[in-house]
Amino acid sequence: MKSMALYGRRRRSSAITMGLSVGATAFGAFWLVVILATLLWNGVGGLSLSVFTSMTPPPGSAGGLANAIVGSVILTIMGVAIGTPVGILAGTYMAEYGRYSPLTPVIRFVNDILLSAPSIVVGLFIYEIVVVPMGHFSAWAGGIALAMLVIPVVVRTTEDMLLLVPNTLREATAALGAPRWRMIASVAYRAARSGIITGVLLAIARITGETAPLLFTALSNQFWSLNPNAPMANLPVTIFQFALSPYAEWQQLAWTGALIITFAVLTLNVVARFLSNIGTSK
Amino acid sequence: MTEAALQSMGGTRVGEAGRENALRRFTIGDAIFRNATLIAALGVLVLLGGVILSLVIGSLPALRTFGFGFLTNQSWNPVTEKFGAVPAIYGTIVTSVIAMVIGIPVSLGIAIFLTELCPHALRRPIGTAIELLAGIPSIIYGIWGLFVFAPFLQATIQPWLIAAFADVPGFNLLFAGPPYGIGVFTAGLILAIMVLPFITAVSRDVFVTVPPVVKEAAYGLGCTTWEVVRKVVLPYTRVGVIGGVMLGLGRALGETMAVTFVIGNAHRIAPSLLAPGTTISATIANEFNEASGDLYTSSLISLGLILFVITFFVLAAARLMLMRLEKKAGK
Repeated sequence: MKSMALYGRRRRSSAITMGLSVGATAFGAFWLVVILATLLWNGVGGLSLSVFTSMTPPPGSAGGLANAIVGSVILTIMGVAIGTPVGILAGTYMAEYGRYSPLTPVIRFVNDILLSAPSIVVGLFIYEIVVVPMGHFSAWAGGIALAMLVIPVVVRTTEDMLLLVPNTLREATAALGAPRWRMIASVAYRAARSGIITGVLLAIARITGETAPLLFTALSNQFWSLNPNAPMANLPVTIFQFALSPYAEWQQLAWTGALIITFAVLTLNVVARFLSNIGTSK
Repeated sequence: MTEAALQSMGGTRVGEAGRENALRRFTIGDAIFRNATLIAALGVLVLLGGVILSLVIGSLPALRTFGFGFLTNQSWNPVTEKFGAVPAIYGTIVTSVIAMVIGIPVSLGIAIFLTELCPHALRRPIGTAIELLAGIPSIIYGIWGLFVFAPFLQATIQPWLIAAFADVPGFNLLFAGPPYGIGVFTAGLILAIMVLPFITAVSRDVFVTVPPVVKEAAYGLGCTTWEVVRKVVLPYTRVGVIGGVMLGLGRALGETMAVTFVIGNAHRIAPSLLAPGTTISATIANEFNEASGDLYTSSLISLGLILFVITFFVLAAARLMLMRLEKKAGK
């Protein structure tokens, strides 16, 4: 009898904790649904063609987000264009030339720290080394700040993906008499291509919504400006300013911008995941 | 073979001299590429060094003026130019603690569900849904927190907390005062949601590394699922789980935009969790562009330095633990 009671108690405590873990999962998924539903609810109403064609309005009048969207795209391209080559080269060193070098674990460790470092600190750093010497805010500074967030992501994925390339491929290329750089450029990169592209997509997804590093670098701009040497409008900072404003039109635009940015980021995430699944299942 | 390769790579001359030329070109090309990758790799180290150095230099004026008092002074007064970091550090730590208290059990619950209970077909979709929480930009959490979550808390949970703990000594101080909606408590809750995917992802990955034989042996002895998790899976993966928790903590400490929207930006230390406060990152985000005077700017950079030092140690500890686990798994 006693042992049956003990057995029942153990079964019950297991059922309770497992029930709690199901509840935890529902809790986590619940927030995703709630946040996306809120964005749709508040954002879709403001979606119209003029959002993509008109400039950010002065308070109290209608307008769109065209300059902010274009600015965000330009800043993202700058960040990726600067960050990706550096990241791929550094990852190449870690996986190919320096695989057994004592330097590599150190770089990996530092890179992992940069990967999770607070992005506002990156903003402060770029402010100190770019904005202060230049004397003014600029899109360049914003692009460089975003590049600093791109680099660790790309380094990490490039290294991981190159390490997955079988050594027999490298040996076969070397046996054909090809130099090492040729082996890396035409064989290793090709074999790791989908993984590296995934890394770049994830990096784009990460910087698309970043606000903190842009606050004191690219700042923002109420007007249409493609000058990389001047402050440039961008979606995240515009959302930040408009959401905290008391004007209904601005708040509506903030919600619409939030909707656009979230779905852009989530789409990138899903595509990247899909690509990496293809890459690994081969 | 080599000749064929040389022909295709190095041009058409096949004589001795041509071969030497091609080889020289190979060596030079390799040296260039190798050094380019090495410079990029060293660049990563330089970035970290540069961040630390520039923050230290930027914060020198403030540290020279206030000295150690910067870390103990409670006032933050731009008018009289008296700056102290205590309220911001306090807010950073309290919001992160709230996030961890809620985030850790929930994340572990999700990881347990995904690895032990979930049918295989559902693992990937549910896992992806949780990971997408990490993909949502933090400014979205901010705008959602300010316009949806804070009013909801103000109307429901906060009055309930105030009423429920009104007669409990100690807790009535923690949950006192009018329900503002925004404040330290709300910021902590949003951070809890934001760290969920990070802790879950790491925990799930380390839970999967537990050899099935060990778990099966425990089940064979008659253990329940919970007993297997508590006595086999968790002890086996302890280091990795702690690493994941530290990673989440690093995120919570440095999170900026979401907190900036909902914390209330008040430079004071209130005993009540429901009161507005501030964090290091929120202070910088809110005040940096408006900071007038070198001392003000420098004080904000000093806050950034403090934040970076704290997160550096937390993240370094996380990485060291995860590296230890990887080494164990590699053996």
